[in-house]
Amino acid sequence: MRGTAAIALAIVLFLLASLPQAQGTAPATPLTLLSREGRRPVPTIVLSGQELVALDDVAALFQVAVREDTLAGGLTITYRGQTIVMSSEQPMASVSGRVVALPSPAVRSGNRWFVPLDFLPRALGPIYGSRIDLRRPSRLLVVGDLRVPRVTARVDIPGPPTRATVEIAPAAPVVATTEPGRVVLRIDADALDLTLPAGGGGLIDAIRAGDQPSTVAIVLNERSGPARTVLADANGNTRITIEVPGTAPPPVDTTAASPAAAPPAPGSAPPAPGIAAPPPIFSTSRAAVQTIVIDPGHGGDDVGVRGARGVQEKMVTLEVARRLRTLVEMRLGIRVVLTRDEDRTVTLDERAAVANNSKADLFLSLHLNAAPVAAVAGAEVFYLRLDREGEDARRSAESEEVPLPVLGGTMRSIDVIQWDLAQARHVEASAALAGILEQSLRAQIMMSPRPRQDGPLRVLTGVNMPAALIEMAYLSNANQERLVQSEAFQSSVVQALYNAIIGFRSYLEDQPTP
Amino acid sequence: MKRRTYLQIGAGIVVIGLLAWAVSRGLERLAGLQPESEGPTTDVAVPGAKVARITATLYYGSTDGQSLVPVRREVPLAEGLVPQGREIIGMQLQTAPSPFVSVVPEGTLLRAFYVTDRGDAFVDLSSEVSSRHPGGSSTELLTVYAIVNAVTANLPTIQRVQILIDGREADTLAGHVDLRRPLQQDLSLVREPPRVE
Repeated sequence: MRGTAAIALAIVLFLLASLPQAQGTAPATPLTLLSREGRRPVPTIVLSGQELVALDDVAALFQVAVREDTLAGGLTITYRGQTIVMSSEQPMASVSGRVVALPSPAVRSGNRWFVPLDFLPRALGPIYGSRIDLRRPSRLLVVGDLRVPRVTARVDIPGPPTRATVEIAPAAPVVATTEPGRVVLRIDADALDLTLPAGGGGLIDAIRAGDQPSTVAIVLNERSGPARTVLADANGNTRITIEVPGTAPPPVDTTAASPAAAPPAPGSAPPAPGIAAPPPIFSTSRAAVQTIVIDPGHGGDDVGVRGARGVQEKMVTLEVARRLRTLVEMRLGIRVVLTRDEDRTVTLDERAAVANNSKADLFLSLHLNAAPVAAVAGAEVFYLRLDREGEDARRSAESEEVPLPVLGGTMRSIDVIQWDLAQARHVEASAALAGILEQSLRAQIMMSPRPRQDGPLRVLTGVNMPAALIEMAYLSNANQERLVQSEAFQSSVVQALYNAIIGFRSYLEDQPTP
Repeated sequence: MKRRTYLQIGAGIVVIGLLAWAVSRGLERLAGLQPESEGPTTDVAVPGAKVARITATLYYGSTDGQSLVPVRREVPLAEGLVPQGREIIGMQLQTAPSPFVSVVPEGTLLRAFYVTDRGDAFVDLSSEVSSRHPGGSSTELLTVYAIVNAVTANLPTIQRVQILIDGREADTLAGHVDLRRPLQQDLSLVREPPRVE
């Protein structure tokens, strides 16, 4: 009798002890499933420090079939003929025959089975048709090929001027808009994975999610002056630096922001805006430059110059070209076409064809140099020098219009250009472009003793627009080989080329219209 | 016995004669009476005095690696324009004399040299000129114009030079300088005044 009572008491105690465990507790922030169909909450519980999701919820969300296998002591989850066997004893699952470790086994509570959250990306992910990405810090479960970049914001310097940084990983196009009392960043993404500071600092009251989807708002203090934003791509991320001066900005800032303070000499490049310069404004007159072709030199089998430490020209030129494209597209609204956007072989004629078919207004070919002596360093700009045939082509350029019959019985005058001499009619503009490039580069990076040269450069001959080739540095120089990989150097080159594009646009706009 | 004595005397005379000749040669050398002077040139390729030579201007990389330096060197005299061109280019392709640096990749050989009626020369080089080239616009310009200038500076009847690789027309050596058409002399890369070795 006493024994029976003891057993009964033990059972009651066990049930009492196990009751809260079986119920679990709800996490502080609910998990949100993000897919093409939209957002929806995913109920989860926390049990013994482990966050779990009910398998019947998983079945409803992901259209999987769940079957309990009492003989094996586990569960079978089936999706489109593929099976996951989930153990209720071991922290593991067998996914189409492959064993996957999990933080805990399946747990039964009442009539429901629960699995750890990691079950979704680790076990269901491999057999599910779409990617399943669990973002624990932001409590997001991203399903499908959505662009959900991680956005991290922080106030770096309280100032004034106050400086804040917003980092977007991976890189995504951003439009920064300065509104009264705030700066709004519109990020081209399906959703944002936000990690924002709890409060602000200095002249920034708060950094929070914007009112619209995929926006971030930087709320400014009423004592703040006009904020400036600088966008740059680095290591595959986009970085936006926001600088907020006080209502009475220091004189140095005023000078830097005012182009009238140092008027450029006629035909020369404008002063480099640097990090403190305001974002350039769209041309008020006709758009002299609407499309730019950037040519990352070499690629694929053609490595280009290879440094002693193994840095390859073809990779650096591609990195710089991509950064320049982002900056020019985002800040100038100019269409940018790359002759290659990956590591592949492109012939020199194909590069010229891309430029000509894009009807580009400007062609920039990016390269890294080599010298027979390791000490040689610095950047160089090349433009095409015409030989005798090229000179003849240039002289006859104006008279090479051929009338051709078109539909409707009328005649139309068509420009006929010898393909491999297309550059002949642009040599003067290209020489001016080279001068502007040299000045802009000199303001940012080291130039070689021969900073600007002309020569019979093959990639430029067939390009029917002003064109230049930029040798950014010497890979045959050990210091420069280290330098070209750095974010600082690449950003400086990109800033210089960006300034040169603005300078050349002004040059074109100043030319008399024919 | 008598015969043996004669043989010994004969052998002695021969030995004394050889010694006397050797001593006279040695004295000649000690007195500095060299039969022929080696001349002021440091050209290691001079095989002997019997081959007639001309002085040609060849182009090598400057010690700072940024320009071409004209260097006057002796090359064998050859009968006719084309054979003389072969000798000049053959010397140009050899390693640069100290302190200058080579701008043509090591191992590059001249396969053929010919001249058209229009005065265009064709320099057909082995594939090493491209496959061993380090690349870069600057080095490529130095390589191309070392060859073009060496031909045009020494053979005045030739106005333009086209470089072929392995007998075929080539786009470039390493992706930069246009080789599809004959090139004229370019002295803009030449920096230092001519100097005699």
